[in-house]
Amino acid sequence: MHEMGIAMQIVEIALDAIPPNLQEKSVETVNLKVGKLSAIVPDSLRFCFDVVTRETRLAGVKLNIEEIPVKARCRECHFEWIIEGPAFTCKNCQSGAIDIITGRELDIESIEIADREIPDAG
Amino acid sequence: MPVKLFRMPKQYHHRDFQKPLHSHAHHDTDTASQKSGAHIIKVVRRVLDANDIMAGQNRKRFREKGVFVLNMMSSPGSGKTTTLVKTLARIMPEIKTAVIVGDICTTNDADRLAISGAPVIQINTDQFGGDCHLAAHVIEKAVDDLDLDTIDLLVVENIGNLVCPAEFDIGEDARVVVLSVTEGEDKPAKYPLMFRECDATLLNKTDLLPYLDYDKDLAVSTIQQVHPDMPVFEISSKTEDGFEPWLQWLRTLVHNKLHH
Repeated sequence: MHEMGIAMQIVEIALDAIPPNLQEKSVETVNLKVGKLSAIVPDSLRFCFDVVTRETRLAGVKLNIEEIPVKARCRECHFEWIIEGPAFTCKNCQSGAIDIITGRELDIESIEIADREIPDAG
Repeated sequence: MPVKLFRMPKQYHHRDFQKPLHSHAHHDTDTASQKSGAHIIKVVRRVLDANDIMAGQNRKRFREKGVFVLNMMSSPGSGKTTTLVKTLARIMPEIKTAVIVGDICTTNDADRLAISGAPVIQINTDQFGGDCHLAAHVIEKAVDDLDLDTIDLLVVENIGNLVCPAEFDIGEDARVVVLSVTEGEDKPAKYPLMFRECDATLLNKTDLLPYLDYDKDLAVSTIQQVHPDMPVFEISSKTEDGFEPWLQWLRTLVHNKLHH
Protein backbone atom coordinates (compact mmCIF):
# COMPACT_ATOMS: atom_id res chain seq x y z
CA MET A 1 0.00 0.00 0.00
CA HIS A 2 2.98 2.28 0.55
CA GLU A 3 4.79 1.16 -2.60
CA MET A 4 4.91 4.73 -3.93
CA GLY A 5 6.87 5.91 -0.90
CA ILE A 6 9.14 2.89 -1.16
CA ALA A 7 9.74 3.59 -4.86
CA MET A 8 10.74 7.16 -4.00
CA GLN A 9 13.19 5.91 -1.39
CA ILE A 10 14.68 3.49 -3.92
CA VAL A 11 15.18 6.32 -6.41
CA GLU A 12 16.95 8.37 -3.79
CA ILE A 13 19.29 5.57 -2.72
CA ALA A 14 20.01 4.62 -6.34
CA LEU A 15 20.85 8.22 -7.32
CA ASP A 16 23.06 8.50 -4.26
CA ALA A 17 24.93 5.35 -5.28
CA ILE A 18 26.03 6.58 -8.72
CA PRO A 19 29.78 7.25 -8.51
CA PRO A 20 30.94 10.76 -9.52
CA ASN A 21 32.87 9.44 -12.52
CA LEU A 22 29.75 7.72 -13.90
CA GLN A 23 27.29 10.61 -13.45
CA GLU A 24 26.82 10.98 -17.20
CA LYS A 25 26.33 7.26 -17.85
CA SER A 26 23.08 5.41 -18.23
CA VAL A 27 21.77 3.40 -15.28
CA GLU A 28 20.31 0.16 -16.65
CA THR A 29 19.12 -1.83 -13.68
CA VAL A 30 18.42 -1.48 -9.98
CA ASN A 31 18.70 -4.83 -8.19
CA LEU A 32 16.38 -5.18 -5.23
CA LYS A 33 15.77 -7.97 -2.73
CA VAL A 34 12.24 -8.23 -1.35
CA GLY A 35 11.38 -10.77 1.33
CA LYS A 36 8.09 -12.62 1.01
CA LEU A 37 7.17 -11.45 4.50
CA SER A 38 7.58 -7.77 3.68
CA ALA A 39 4.43 -5.78 3.08
CA ILE A 40 5.38 -5.12 -0.55
CA VAL A 41 3.71 -6.28 -3.75
CA PRO A 42 6.45 -6.51 -6.43
CA ASP A 43 4.14 -5.67 -9.35
CA SER A 44 2.85 -2.56 -7.58
CA LEU A 45 6.37 -1.55 -6.72
CA ARG A 46 7.49 -1.90 -10.37
CA PHE A 47 4.53 0.19 -11.48
CA CYS A 48 5.27 2.90 -8.90
CA PHE A 49 8.97 2.88 -9.77
CA ASP A 50 8.12 3.46 -13.44
CA VAL A 51 5.85 6.35 -12.48
CA VAL A 52 8.28 8.12 -10.15
CA THR A 53 11.22 7.76 -12.55
CA ARG A 54 9.32 9.07 -15.59
CA GLU A 55 11.17 12.02 -17.17
CA THR A 56 14.00 11.71 -14.68
CA ARG A 57 17.56 10.50 -14.98
CA LEU A 58 16.29 7.01 -14.09
CA ALA A 59 13.52 6.86 -16.71
CA GLY A 60 13.28 3.41 -18.24
CA VAL A 61 15.58 1.80 -15.69
CA LYS A 62 14.71 -1.81 -14.98
CA LEU A 63 13.78 -2.63 -11.40
CA ASN A 64 14.95 -6.20 -10.94
CA ILE A 65 13.23 -7.73 -7.91
CA GLU A 66 14.54 -10.91 -6.35
CA GLU A 67 11.93 -12.39 -4.05
CA ILE A 68 13.40 -14.01 -0.95
CA PRO A 69 11.54 -16.91 0.65
CA VAL A 70 10.69 -16.91 4.35
CA LYS A 71 13.24 -19.14 6.01
CA ALA A 72 13.05 -20.07 9.67
CA ARG A 73 15.37 -21.75 12.15
CA CYS A 74 14.19 -23.50 15.29
CA ARG A 75 15.89 -22.36 18.49
CA GLU A 76 15.27 -25.74 20.10
CA CYS A 77 16.35 -28.27 17.47
CA HIS A 78 18.07 -25.93 14.96
CA PHE A 79 15.98 -27.31 12.10
CA GLU A 80 15.76 -24.92 9.13
CA TRP A 81 12.92 -24.80 6.66
CA ILE A 82 11.05 -22.57 4.22
CA ILE A 83 7.74 -21.27 5.54
CA GLU A 84 5.09 -21.48 2.81
CA GLY A 85 1.87 -20.82 4.72
CA PRO A 86 0.98 -18.85 7.83
CA ALA A 87 2.24 -21.48 10.29
CA PHE A 88 5.24 -20.40 12.32
CA THR A 89 5.94 -23.48 14.42
CA CYS A 90 8.90 -25.80 13.88
CA LYS A 91 8.16 -28.43 11.26
CA ASN A 92 10.44 -30.87 13.05
CA CYS A 93 9.71 -30.47 16.78
CA GLN A 94 6.62 -28.17 16.79
CA SER A 95 8.39 -25.61 18.99
CA GLY A 96 7.16 -22.04 18.70
CA ALA A 97 10.60 -20.63 19.50
CA ILE A 98 11.80 -19.87 16.00
CA ASP A 99 13.82 -17.16 14.31
CA ILE A 100 13.00 -15.78 10.90
CA ILE A 101 16.35 -15.75 9.13
CA THR A 102 15.25 -14.53 5.71
CA GLY A 103 12.06 -13.10 4.26
CA ARG A 104 11.99 -9.61 5.78
CA GLU A 105 14.37 -8.04 3.24
CA LEU A 106 13.72 -4.78 1.48
CA ASP A 107 17.25 -4.05 0.33
CA ILE A 108 18.91 -2.44 -2.65
CA GLU A 109 21.70 -4.82 -3.59
CA SER A 110 23.32 -3.00 -6.49
CA ILE A 111 22.83 -0.79 -9.49
CA GLU A 112 24.12 -1.53 -12.98
CA ILE A 113 25.47 1.28 -15.11
CA ALA A 114 26.23 0.94 -18.83
CA ASP A 115 29.17 2.58 -20.51
CA ARG A 116 26.86 4.60 -22.75
CA GLU A 117 25.58 8.08 -22.04
CA ILE A 118 22.12 8.72 -20.62
CA PRO A 119 19.55 8.58 -23.44
CA ASP A 120 17.61 11.79 -24.03
CA ALA A 121 14.73 12.06 -21.61
CA GLY A 122 11.32 11.74 -23.23
CA MET B 1 -6.70 19.18 27.41
CA PRO B 2 -6.78 20.89 24.02
CA VAL B 3 -6.15 18.64 21.05
CA LYS B 4 -3.12 19.48 18.99
CA LEU B 5 -3.51 18.91 15.31
CA PHE B 6 -0.42 17.94 13.49
CA ARG B 7 0.10 17.46 9.80
CA MET B 8 2.70 15.38 8.07
CA PRO B 9 6.08 17.06 8.01
CA LYS B 10 8.24 16.85 4.96
CA GLN B 11 9.61 13.47 4.08
CA TYR B 12 13.08 12.80 5.42
CA HIS B 13 15.66 12.12 2.80
CA HIS B 14 18.62 9.86 2.99
CA ARG B 15 20.92 12.80 2.56
CA ASP B 16 19.55 14.27 5.80
CA PHE B 17 21.55 11.65 7.62
CA GLN B 18 25.23 12.45 7.67
CA LYS B 19 26.47 8.93 8.27
CA PRO B 20 24.61 6.01 6.79
CA LEU B 21 24.34 3.00 9.12
CA HIS B 22 26.04 0.78 6.64
CA SER B 23 29.72 1.24 6.11
CA HIS B 24 29.59 0.36 2.43
CA ALA B 25 31.02 3.43 0.80
CA HIS B 26 28.94 4.09 -2.24
CA HIS B 27 31.60 5.76 -4.25
CA ASP B 28 34.36 3.39 -3.35
CA THR B 29 35.90 2.20 -6.58
CA ASP B 30 36.59 -1.21 -5.03
CA THR B 31 32.89 -1.91 -4.99
CA ALA B 32 32.47 -1.05 -8.65
CA SER B 33 33.19 -4.05 -10.79
CA GLN B 34 33.20 -3.83 -14.54
CA LYS B 35 32.09 -6.58 -16.83
CA SER B 36 31.16 -6.45 -20.50
CA GLY B 37 31.06 -2.66 -20.60
CA ALA B 38 28.76 -2.36 -17.57
CA HIS B 39 29.57 -1.20 -14.07
CA ILE B 40 27.95 -3.00 -11.19
CA ILE B 41 27.87 -0.74 -8.16
CA LYS B 42 27.28 -2.54 -4.89
CA VAL B 43 24.87 -0.65 -2.69
CA VAL B 44 23.55 -3.07 -0.01
CA ARG B 45 21.26 -0.67 1.82
CA ARG B 46 17.92 -1.22 3.40
CA VAL B 47 15.33 0.82 1.53
CA LEU B 48 13.87 1.86 4.87
CA ASP B 49 17.18 2.74 6.50
CA ALA B 50 16.20 6.41 6.77
CA ASN B 51 13.19 5.27 8.81
CA ASP B 52 15.23 2.82 10.85
CA ILE B 53 17.84 5.45 11.72
CA MET B 54 15.12 7.86 12.81
CA ALA B 55 13.39 5.12 14.83
CA GLY B 56 16.69 4.44 16.59
CA GLN B 57 16.99 8.13 17.45
CA ASN B 58 13.43 8.17 18.78
CA ARG B 59 14.15 5.08 20.88
CA LYS B 60 17.23 6.72 22.38
CA ARG B 61 15.27 9.87 23.21
CA PHE B 62 12.47 7.85 24.86
CA ARG B 63 15.04 5.90 26.88
CA GLU B 64 16.75 9.07 28.08
CA LYS B 65 13.42 10.57 29.10
CA GLY B 66 12.19 7.37 30.72
CA VAL B 67 9.11 6.98 28.54
CA PHE B 68 7.64 3.63 27.55
CA VAL B 69 6.18 3.68 24.03
CA LEU B 70 3.36 1.42 22.93
CA ASN B 71 2.45 1.15 19.24
CA MET B 72 -1.21 0.14 18.86
CA MET B 73 -2.25 -1.23 15.51
CA SER B 74 -5.32 -2.84 13.94
CA SER B 75 -7.68 -2.73 11.00
CA PRO B 76 -10.11 0.21 10.85
CA GLY B 77 -13.07 -0.21 13.20
CA SER B 78 -11.62 -2.87 15.49
CA GLY B 79 -12.07 -0.61 18.51
CA LYS B 80 -8.58 0.82 19.05
CA THR B 81 -9.83 4.18 20.22
CA THR B 82 -12.53 2.85 22.54
CA THR B 83 -10.06 0.36 24.00
CA LEU B 84 -7.59 3.17 24.54
CA VAL B 85 -10.17 5.51 26.10
CA LYS B 86 -11.15 2.80 28.60
CA THR B 87 -7.52 1.87 29.21
CA LEU B 88 -6.53 5.46 29.92
CA ALA B 89 -9.42 5.84 32.36
CA ARG B 90 -8.09 2.89 34.35
CA ILE B 91 -4.32 3.39 34.27
CA MET B 92 -4.28 7.15 34.79
CA PRO B 93 -3.22 8.97 36.90
CA GLU B 94 -1.11 6.11 38.26
CA ILE B 95 0.69 5.96 34.90
CA LYS B 96 1.06 9.37 33.33
CA THR B 97 0.14 8.86 29.71
CA ALA B 98 0.13 10.83 26.47
CA VAL B 99 -1.31 9.76 23.13
CA ILE B 100 -0.36 10.31 19.51
CA VAL B 101 -3.16 9.29 17.20
CA GLY B 102 -2.82 8.91 13.46
CA ASP B 103 -5.65 9.15 10.96
CA ILE B 104 -5.86 10.04 7.33
CA CYS B 105 -8.50 12.68 8.14
CA THR B 106 -10.49 14.17 11.04
CA THR B 107 -9.70 14.88 14.69
CA ASN B 108 -12.58 12.70 15.93
CA ASP B 109 -10.35 10.19 17.68
CA ALA B 110 -8.29 12.87 19.38
CA ASP B 111 -11.46 14.55 20.63
CA ARG B 112 -12.62 11.27 22.17
CA LEU B 113 -9.23 10.58 23.72
CA ALA B 114 -8.81 14.10 25.11
CA ILE B 115 -11.65 13.49 27.57
CA SER B 116 -9.23 11.29 29.52
CA GLY B 117 -7.17 14.36 30.38
CA ALA B 118 -4.12 12.93 28.65
CA PRO B 119 -2.24 15.19 26.24
CA VAL B 120 -3.31 14.11 22.76
CA ILE B 121 -1.64 14.88 19.45
CA GLN B 122 -3.58 14.14 16.30
CA ILE B 123 -1.60 13.41 13.17
CA ASN B 124 -3.42 13.70 9.86
CA THR B 125 -1.62 12.15 6.93
CA ASP B 126 -3.86 13.48 4.16
CA GLN B 127 -1.45 16.17 3.04
CA PHE B 128 0.51 13.71 0.95
CA GLY B 129 -2.33 11.57 -0.27
CA GLY B 130 -3.18 9.80 2.95
CA ASP B 131 -0.34 7.67 4.15
CA CYS B 132 -1.25 4.20 5.28
CA HIS B 133 1.05 4.13 8.31
CA LEU B 134 2.94 6.34 10.74
CA ALA B 135 6.66 6.54 10.04
CA ALA B 136 9.42 7.33 12.52
CA HIS B 137 9.99 10.90 11.34
CA VAL B 138 6.31 11.72 11.87
CA ILE B 139 6.53 10.54 15.46
CA GLU B 140 9.75 12.48 15.96
CA LYS B 141 8.07 15.75 14.94
CA ALA B 142 4.89 15.05 16.88
CA VAL B 143 6.84 14.31 20.06
CA ASP B 144 8.25 17.86 19.94
CA ASP B 145 4.82 19.02 21.08
CA LEU B 146 4.88 16.77 24.16
CA ASP B 147 6.66 17.30 27.45
CA LEU B 148 8.35 13.91 27.75
CA ASP B 149 9.59 14.75 31.26
CA THR B 150 6.04 14.64 32.58
CA ILE B 151 4.91 11.30 31.13
CA ASP B 152 5.68 7.62 31.72
CA LEU B 153 3.81 6.12 28.81
CA LEU B 154 3.26 7.26 25.25
CA VAL B 155 0.65 5.35 23.30
CA VAL B 156 0.76 5.70 19.52
CA GLU B 157 -2.56 4.79 17.95
CA ASN B 158 -1.47 3.95 14.43
CA ILE B 159 -3.47 4.30 11.20
CA GLY B 160 -6.13 1.59 10.90
CA ASN B 161 -4.46 -0.90 8.59
CA LEU B 162 -3.27 -4.48 9.14
CA VAL B 163 -0.54 -4.33 6.52
CA CYS B 164 1.76 -1.33 6.34
CA PRO B 165 2.23 -0.15 9.94
CA ALA B 166 3.86 -3.50 10.75
CA GLU B 167 6.72 -2.62 8.42
CA PHE B 168 7.65 0.68 10.07
CA ASP B 169 9.63 0.88 13.29
CA ILE B 170 8.78 4.12 15.11
CA GLY B 171 11.06 3.62 18.11
CA GLU B 172 8.48 1.86 20.25
CA ASP B 173 9.09 -0.61 23.11
CA ALA B 174 6.11 -2.85 22.46
CA ARG B 175 3.45 -3.41 19.84
CA VAL B 176 -0.09 -4.62 20.29
CA VAL B 177 -2.65 -5.49 17.64
CA VAL B 178 -6.36 -5.14 18.30
CA LEU B 179 -8.49 -7.73 16.50
CA SER B 180 -12.25 -7.68 16.90
CA VAL B 181 -14.48 -10.74 16.75
CA THR B 182 -16.43 -9.25 13.86
CA GLU B 183 -13.40 -9.49 11.58
CA GLY B 184 -13.14 -13.23 10.91
CA GLU B 185 -11.09 -15.92 12.59
CA ASP B 186 -8.51 -16.16 9.81
CA LYS B 187 -7.27 -12.57 9.86
CA PRO B 188 -3.98 -13.51 11.60
CA ALA B 189 -3.28 -16.01 8.80
CA LYS B 190 -4.09 -13.40 6.17
CA TYR B 191 -1.90 -10.74 7.77
CA PRO B 192 0.94 -12.77 9.28
CA LEU B 193 3.49 -9.94 9.34
CA MET B 194 1.33 -7.86 11.68
CA PHE B 195 0.76 -10.74 14.07
CA ARG B 196 4.44 -11.75 13.93
CA GLU B 197 5.59 -8.23 14.70
CA CYS B 198 3.31 -7.66 17.68
CA ASP B 199 3.92 -8.61 21.31
CA ALA B 200 0.28 -9.13 22.27
CA THR B 201 -3.16 -9.38 20.71
CA LEU B 202 -6.26 -7.78 22.17
CA LEU B 203 -9.22 -9.84 20.95
CA ASN B 204 -11.91 -7.20 21.24
CA LYS B 205 -15.71 -6.95 21.22
CA THR B 206 -16.20 -10.26 23.05
CA ASP B 207 -19.54 -8.88 24.26
CA LEU B 208 -20.81 -9.54 20.72
CA LEU B 209 -19.94 -13.27 20.76
CA PRO B 210 -23.48 -14.42 21.69
CA TYR B 211 -24.78 -12.81 18.49
CA LEU B 212 -22.12 -14.12 16.10
CA ASP B 213 -21.10 -17.45 14.59
CA TYR B 214 -17.55 -16.61 15.54
CA ASP B 215 -15.25 -19.49 16.51
CA LYS B 216 -13.14 -17.80 19.19
CA ASP B 217 -10.99 -20.87 19.82
CA LEU B 218 -10.15 -21.05 16.13
CA ALA B 219 -9.18 -17.37 16.16
CA VAL B 220 -6.91 -17.85 19.16
CA SER B 221 -5.30 -20.97 17.68
CA THR B 222 -4.74 -19.13 14.40
CA ILE B 223 -3.01 -16.31 16.27
CA GLN B 224 -0.85 -18.86 18.07
CA GLN B 225 0.02 -20.59 14.82
CA VAL B 226 1.35 -17.34 13.43
CA HIS B 227 2.98 -16.20 16.67
CA PRO B 228 3.31 -19.02 19.20
CA ASP B 229 3.41 -17.93 22.85
CA MET B 230 2.10 -14.42 22.13
CA PRO B 231 -0.35 -13.37 24.87
CA VAL B 232 -3.94 -13.02 23.68
CA PHE B 233 -6.19 -10.89 25.90
CA GLU B 234 -9.90 -11.38 25.33
CA ILE B 235 -11.54 -8.07 26.09
CA SER B 236 -14.70 -6.11 25.58
CA SER B 237 -13.96 -2.43 25.34
CA LYS B 238 -17.69 -1.80 25.80
CA THR B 239 -18.16 -3.66 29.08
CA GLU B 240 -14.45 -3.69 30.09
CA ASP B 241 -14.69 -7.43 30.57
CA GLY B 242 -11.24 -9.02 30.62
CA PHE B 243 -9.45 -5.68 30.95
CA GLU B 244 -7.48 -6.41 34.10
CA PRO B 245 -5.01 -8.98 32.64
CA TRP B 246 -4.27 -6.63 29.72
CA LEU B 247 -3.77 -3.65 32.01
CA GLN B 248 -1.53 -5.70 34.27
CA TRP B 249 0.58 -6.76 31.28
CA LEU B 250 0.94 -3.12 30.26
CA ARG B 251 1.66 -1.87 33.79
CA THR B 252 4.40 -4.48 34.20
CA LEU B 253 6.11 -3.50 30.95
CA VAL B 254 5.97 0.22 31.79
CA HIS B 255 7.17 -0.42 35.34
CA ASN B 256 10.06 -2.60 34.15
CA LYS B 257 11.33 0.06 31.78
CA LEU B 258 10.95 2.93 34.21
CA HIS B 259 12.64 1.15 37.11
CA HIS B 260 15.34 -0.58 35.20
